[in-house]
Amino acid sequence: MRVGPGAYLLLSAILFGIGVTGVLIRRNAIVVFMCVELMLNAVNLSFITFAKTNGSLDGQVLAFFVMVVAAAEVVVGLGILVAIFRKRSSTSVDDINLLKG
Amino acid sequence: MTPVLAATASEQAELIVFVVLAPLAVVTALGMVLTRNAVYSALLLVVNFFCLAGFYVLLEAQFVAAVQVIVYAGAIMVLFLFVLMLLGIGKEEAVQETIRGQRPAAVLLTLGLLVAIVGALLAGVFDAAPASLAAANEGGNTQAVGRILFTRYTFAFETAGVLLVVAAVGALVLGKRQP
Amino acid sequence: MTAVLNATGATRLIWLLPVLPLAGFAVNVLFGQRLRALAGWIATLAVAAAFAIAVAALFELLSLPGEERTQILRGYEWFSSGDLRVAFDLRWDPLSATMALVVTGVSSLIHLYSIGYMEHDARRETFFSWLNLFVASMLVLVLAQNFVVMFLGWEGVGLCSYLLVGFWFNRRLLVVNPRGRLVDGEPDDTHEVWAPPAAKKAFLANRIGDVGFLLAMFLIFATTGSLDFDVVFGEAGALAAGTVTAIALLLFLACTGKSAQFPLYVWLPDAMAGPTPVSALIHAATMVTAGVFLVARTHTLFEASGTAQTVVVLVGAGTALLAAVIAIGQDDIKKILAFSTVSQLGYMFIGVGLGPIGYVAGMFHLVTHAFFKAQLFLGAGSVMHGNDEDTDIKHFGGLRRAMPITFWTTMAAWAAIIGVPLTAGFYSKDQVLAALFEHGGVGRLAWVAGVLTAGLTAFYMSRYVFLTFFGERRWPEGRHPHESPPSMTVPLIVLALLALVAGFSLSTFTGEGGRLQSFLEPVLGAPEEHESLAAAVGLSAVATGVAAAGAVVAWLLYIRPFDWLALRRRHATAWRALADGLYVNQVYEFFTVNMGGAFAAFLARNVDQRGIDGAVNGVAELVGNAARSGRRLQSGLVRSYALAVLGGAVLIVAFLVFRP
Repeated sequence: MRVGPGAYLLLSAILFGIGVTGVLIRRNAIVVFMCVELMLNAVNLSFITFAKTNGSLDGQVLAFFVMVVAAAEVVVGLGILVAIFRKRSSTSVDDINLLKG
Repeated sequence: MTPVLAATASEQAELIVFVVLAPLAVVTALGMVLTRNAVYSALLLVVNFFCLAGFYVLLEAQFVAAVQVIVYAGAIMVLFLFVLMLLGIGKEEAVQETIRGQRPAAVLLTLGLLVAIVGALLAGVFDAAPASLAAANEGGNTQAVGRILFTRYTFAFETAGVLLVVAAVGALVLGKRQP
Repeated sequence: MTAVLNATGATRLIWLLPVLPLAGFAVNVLFGQRLRALAGWIATLAVAAAFAIAVAALFELLSLPGEERTQILRGYEWFSSGDLRVAFDLRWDPLSATMALVVTGVSSLIHLYSIGYMEHDARRETFFSWLNLFVASMLVLVLAQNFVVMFLGWEGVGLCSYLLVGFWFNRRLLVVNPRGRLVDGEPDDTHEVWAPPAAKKAFLANRIGDVGFLLAMFLIFATTGSLDFDVVFGEAGALAAGTVTAIALLLFLACTGKSAQFPLYVWLPDAMAGPTPVSALIHAATMVTAGVFLVARTHTLFEASGTAQTVVVLVGAGTALLAAVIAIGQDDIKKILAFSTVSQLGYMFIGVGLGPIGYVAGMFHLVTHAFFKAQLFLGAGSVMHGNDEDTDIKHFGGLRRAMPITFWTTMAAWAAIIGVPLTAGFYSKDQVLAALFEHGGVGRLAWVAGVLTAGLTAFYMSRYVFLTFFGERRWPEGRHPHESPPSMTVPLIVLALLALVAGFSLSTFTGEGGRLQSFLEPVLGAPEEHESLAAAVGLSAVATGVAAAGAVVAWLLYIRPFDWLALRRRHATAWRALADGLYVNQVYEFFTVNMGGAFAAFLARNVDQRGIDGAVNGVAELVGNAARSGRRLQSGLVRSYALAVLGGAVLIVAFLVFRP
């Protein structure tokens, strides 16, 4: 019995699901951000798995680029969060509801 | 041969490592989502990333594993912790959910997503035989990745560089204190 | 079949008959304010001139042999639509000649009377203009050669009736209270009424009848393709029995409205709110006889439907009896005469409903009734004029010495109406009753009703004259009853004379060979059999005997000292029922006003408010609710939006994975 790609993909899906649940449930903006990172990592895992399945390195390169973009995104995103929360002094995501109709 | 356990020794080793790391990854992920303390969340996520790095090694993606540890666990999570400390983590999040039906809906939809994905997986991916990356990894994984990166994905590579510069500038601008 | 000729000689002038009164109307409308007293003379002159022309045209007609006495004067075309061509054609035959003479003759006398009667009224020029308009409309009705022109006249007289009944629209009028206390002099003996409601009632009751006329016209046109009398009557035999019955019954509905028969008679007693000349002219001599004339004119259609004829006879007989009963209970002199008119009109309808035997009888009674009823009304007007416009019979008594001319002329008319032998009423009423008896079947039943009515008529009319002119005086202190001026008494005298002599001069005892009979025969047809002299005498004796009995009872009650007021008090409930017209008005009021009001309220609440407004408001509310629900999607919360995104993503993935 060996570990096939299916297992990795299932694990990836589970991690992705956990990340999604976290985004929807948590109210702390930074924790939400971290859940997004979890989702990205889960996707990375599936990229790597498919790279192994296809026998080429394209998947790995793609995962690499995902990491680059994630890094840039975290930088800018946290900068925005800091800017916002300097004003409001509340880290709850529910407090940003100016679009309420 | 009776394939009771793994056929070869490497496969056996792979199995053992997977069986150890997978639950750990899931548990840490769950813990990250469920714990109330934000710093605990960050630290649990770091552990999760290490697990993932382990998986990458199992999947013959050593370069990406290293980048994962260095960039993700080492830089991004540190950045997270910096910001957490900066903003103060005084009050803990209340347990009570403010939006009615959010939690059940979230769980339900996530399960739905999982079902859909499993359905896709059942379509045939489980029995695909994994090719070995031995041929692709000639000369070592890092060298192979580098080979592809600078030939086939040059444009993307350069653009990624520009992206990083923009991000840095943006962070500077956003971080400025308004007079 | 009479030959139809085009107008010759004096007949060519019959177009002036309606036009002259119309000109009088125009002059009085335009210049009445300046003419003042002259307005009345102009109006009278217009009608008198029309009478003269009618007489001339009559002689023209008499110069022709009997079968050729139908002349048509072709007039201007009114409208033509498809195959239908309607023109103002006028027909001059014995029937229209009779009616025209009666209308113009009696009208002239009444116009003359009105000059004196309306002397002190501020709006008398308006009065005379409308009187002229009325005469013009009536003549159009009578002279019409097709249904449409006749309907024009029909509507015109209805309009004028409304205008004239409501003439004193701004004056409160005192009438006897039918539900008043039975001791005279007590406060609610009289009450005040306004004229406009009576005018509206007259118009509405007429309108219901007019619907019948219109529907009949539609049916006639639909089945025969024309509205001209000669064409329609020619085809009457070819129509289906049901159609002809329907047409005849619808026309009769119009008659019940215009000629105040059951069920639409209720407007006539109330119409006494108009000035007395109006009552005399319109509601005794001319307008109400239009219905009788209609049946006589369209007799071919009625003959084609036995059902319709039976209905006419039964309704006529029933109305005659009912009205006579109610008349007993009236204290208002004009109301007595109003119910009497309804009753006598019933007789006329009996006559024209019988078929060839009775047409002439009905028309004869129409003519004699015009004379004596007009006289009675004008006489009543004279009594009122001399008694401060009081109409309550309880306040009269012994007036014969104070108003001798009025007294004697009224007695002449009284003799005529109860059928004293040799007076006009005697001849005409007996002719109707005899024809009824001869007819057999339902005719016998109606004959019994007719005889009973004759007795009741004698009773209440005798009561009227006895209580008014005989006995001891009952009028209040300070009143000086006096005779009316000559402008009013001359017409009274003329009409009284006519009431006396018209009978034997126009007819014979057995109805055959009389002047009127032979005159009208070409138009109306002759009866198949004539009764024998013995039968005629016998029937006449029965009728006269019953009438005499009625008069004697009245004499016993009202001439000899007898406390008839105590008698009344003893039978208070019955008396009140009689006085209030057997509560027919109340029944109508329930069905029209109460139920109509309830229905309208129901509609207003349920259909309009809840239904229509509810629907409109409901739509608005629906939109509002939908918007309010939709608004809740915009919570402004990131997590809700994220949930939505996830939901969509799950759907898409599921679709892609599980695609059929």
